[in-house]
Amino acid sequence: MTAITPDTTPTLNPLFRMQWEEAQQSHVLLYPEGMVKLNDSAAAILQYCDGRHTVEQMCAELEQRFKVTDITDDVVQFLEHAFERGWLQV
Amino acid sequence: MDEILNKAGADQVGPPLWLLAELSYRCPLHCAFCYNPVDYSQVGTELDTAGWLSVLSQAREMGAVQLGLSGGEPLVRPDLEEIVAHARSLGFYINLLTSGVGLTPERLDALKEAGVDHIQLSFQDSTRELNDFLSNTRTFELKQRVARMIKTAGYPMVMNCVMHRYNLPHIGQIIDMAVEMGAEYLELANTQYYGWALLNRDLLLPTAKQLHDAEAIVEQKRRQIGSACQLLFVVPDYFEGRPKRCMNGWGNVFMVVTPDGRALPCHAARDIPGLVFPDVREETLRHIWYDSPLFNAYRGTDWMREPCRSCPEKEKDLGGCRCQALMLTGDARNADPVCSLSPHHHLIDDAIASAASMQAAEGGCGDGPARVVARDPRVQPVEAPIQFRTNPPRHLSR
Repeated sequence: MTAITPDTTPTLNPLFRMQWEEAQQSHVLLYPEGMVKLNDSAAAILQYCDGRHTVEQMCAELEQRFKVTDITDDVVQFLEHAFERGWLQV
Repeated sequence: MDEILNKAGADQVGPPLWLLAELSYRCPLHCAFCYNPVDYSQVGTELDTAGWLSVLSQAREMGAVQLGLSGGEPLVRPDLEEIVAHARSLGFYINLLTSGVGLTPERLDALKEAGVDHIQLSFQDSTRELNDFLSNTRTFELKQRVARMIKTAGYPMVMNCVMHRYNLPHIGQIIDMAVEMGAEYLELANTQYYGWALLNRDLLLPTAKQLHDAEAIVEQKRRQIGSACQLLFVVPDYFEGRPKRCMNGWGNVFMVVTPDGRALPCHAARDIPGLVFPDVREETLRHIWYDSPLFNAYRGTDWMREPCRSCPEKEKDLGGCRCQALMLTGDARNADPVCSLSPHHHLIDDAIASAASMQAAEGGCGDGPARVVARDPRVQPVEAPIQFRTNPPRHLSR
């Protein structure tokens, strides 16, 4: 289990790619011979998993963008899930 | 595959999210477990570059996003880079499924530049490779070079090894071999019985014990290796008692286009007699997917016979594989006989028993390199010759 700290700077696994799919009207995560349909919040968080945002920074940006507060716990929980599934690496 | 959208049924036919482009049936290899057609008499000339570019554009426009480039061996096509570049410009996620035979650093760079996202390297003859690995000789070195090339180009090493009676006992060494080559993912795919594999089934089917022993070794290796290499062991449906949700459903998310431009709901359907395969040179992909009799034949669950019709699990596995039902029971509407609830399940038990007794007659499947070396394609065993895959006639090539 990857320990997520405020300084953790995740990147997408290089085998994975996220893109908007018009036919499915959603973002999807593409990987070798597979695909995961992402809901809006998953897509929003993953967009910041570019190796240039710490967890702290992405939470700040997301809170500002979506006019919400206190999302850190939810974001961390999602990131743990994403790490576990091999979507992310540090 | 299990994470791809789960469609409720034929009420709402979704797009073909997955396109498998079989660029050629030509291949430098002669694997006895190949699912390519055994009868090339019905196969026409290969689609040209323009034909493939059109297929890709049409499929993408319909919503296809995962692209598999396969065959035969896709590297035999000199226009592969052009096909890849076009697929990339359309936004496909591009999977190249190759044996690596013919791959040079220059070609690999060109393919990377063109936009290949993932390369899956297959073991073509794991017994020979295993032999060479153990004796440190030629073929293994070639495969190692290709593996290194792939890693140098910045791709993770994703390997695929088809498993069967002759290499299951050596699964530990095969895993060691893959790890030594730097594989980050290794798929140990027990062969399914289509095409040449079905022809050779008596010789390829393992016993249940061989499978369990192999699975135990995989577990052990997983603990030893950890996250350095992810191992995936795919159990053959003959031993599962329940069928696979084949292709995630007939005409549900998956479409294959064959080297001669026929559209199929799965790559195994080619060998089935009596089916009409729509031709992409004559019809649009949209029409083929949504309107053709072939693609609509087994969508949803209304076509089902008993026991599938009333089965509480029918939405889970959709009755299994239509091709297998047709080839083994004579009717595609029957339950896939691998299901223990199928009245034809004895066919599977019989096949397993027949293969087991053949194995016993051979004196086991091979305990080490000495016995395994004898499995040379030029040396046919007298009792029951294994039939090695052949190539289509030259005049069909592009």
